[in-house]
Amino acid sequence: MTVHVHIRVMPRPGLLDPQGQAVEHALLSLGFAAATGVRVGKAIELALEAESPAAAEAMARTMCERLLANPVTEDFVIEVGS
Amino acid sequence: MARVAVVRFPGSNCEAETLTAIERAGGESVLLDYRATTLDGADAVILPGGFSYGDYLRSGAIARFAPVMQAVREHAEAGGAVLGICNGFQVLCEAHLLPGALLRNAAQRFLSRPVDVRIERRDTICTTDYTVGDVIRIPIAHGEGRFVADAETLAVLEGEGRIVLRYVAVPGSDAAHNPNGSANDIAGICNAAGTVVGFMPHPERLADVALGSDAGHRFFTSLIGRLATTGVAA
Repeated sequence: MTVHVHIRVMPRPGLLDPQGQAVEHALLSLGFAAATGVRVGKAIELALEAESPAAAEAMARTMCERLLANPVTEDFVIEVGS
Repeated sequence: MARVAVVRFPGSNCEAETLTAIERAGGESVLLDYRATTLDGADAVILPGGFSYGDYLRSGAIARFAPVMQAVREHAEAGGAVLGICNGFQVLCEAHLLPGALLRNAAQRFLSRPVDVRIERRDTICTTDYTVGDVIRIPIAHGEGRFVADAETLAVLEGEGRIVLRYVAVPGSDAAHNPNGSANDIAGICNAAGTVVGFMPHPERLADVALGSDAGHRFFTSLIGRLATTGVAA
């Protein structure tokens, strides 16, 4: 089966995220003073040929650990669709 | 004669200066394609600066899987000399040949300017011709040079004397001495044996007095001198 996978990679909490800070400042200058804690990460979509959604998720996890995320600085979340 | 390979990944852009700096220091330089499966008989390998694979995903993240990196890894694990400059440092961190990671500069901007760095360790593959405490002015040119590592890793690096270069204040300058927000002002580190070294500044860009200074020249004479005395793989 083809499984659509959506991966979200985010900078580790506690690590300075200058990109997020710059975006937050830009939002503030647009008048969105209500926005705080802005952080910027990456979204990665892919289609996987796999036996099951669980197998696809396991494969995606390996991909994240080996390439898609840096374990030193980033966390990832995997969402498996249909 | 000591033979030093410089790897060219797609997007590398400092390989020519690096090859020249090796030759000026009395070594034999060889350009190595990223698809190579051996180091072509080289005694040492340098991963040069640039933007390998366009810095896609993360700096160095894709270059890490280039075919040549298997040979680089084997060379490093056998005690061979490996130096990563700028993007090469990022590749070494991504390949886990050095700990930590290099993130976007704290001030968000790409920085291309001279910095003052202090030599913190002499017994490495490329700093023996300096003295600990020497402060040299060499250029940086990076958008992602903020070294980060967890507290435990930083403690190990400091405790084992594995900081090779540290940013220091430029006398008379108001500019922040740490250009990128790097942890502990770290500009470069090495493995426990001092045989794998990575740093952000570009000594190859300032290794000839014709350019106004040869402050970076001795990194290369150190490397060539070491290879001449110890030979291959150390």
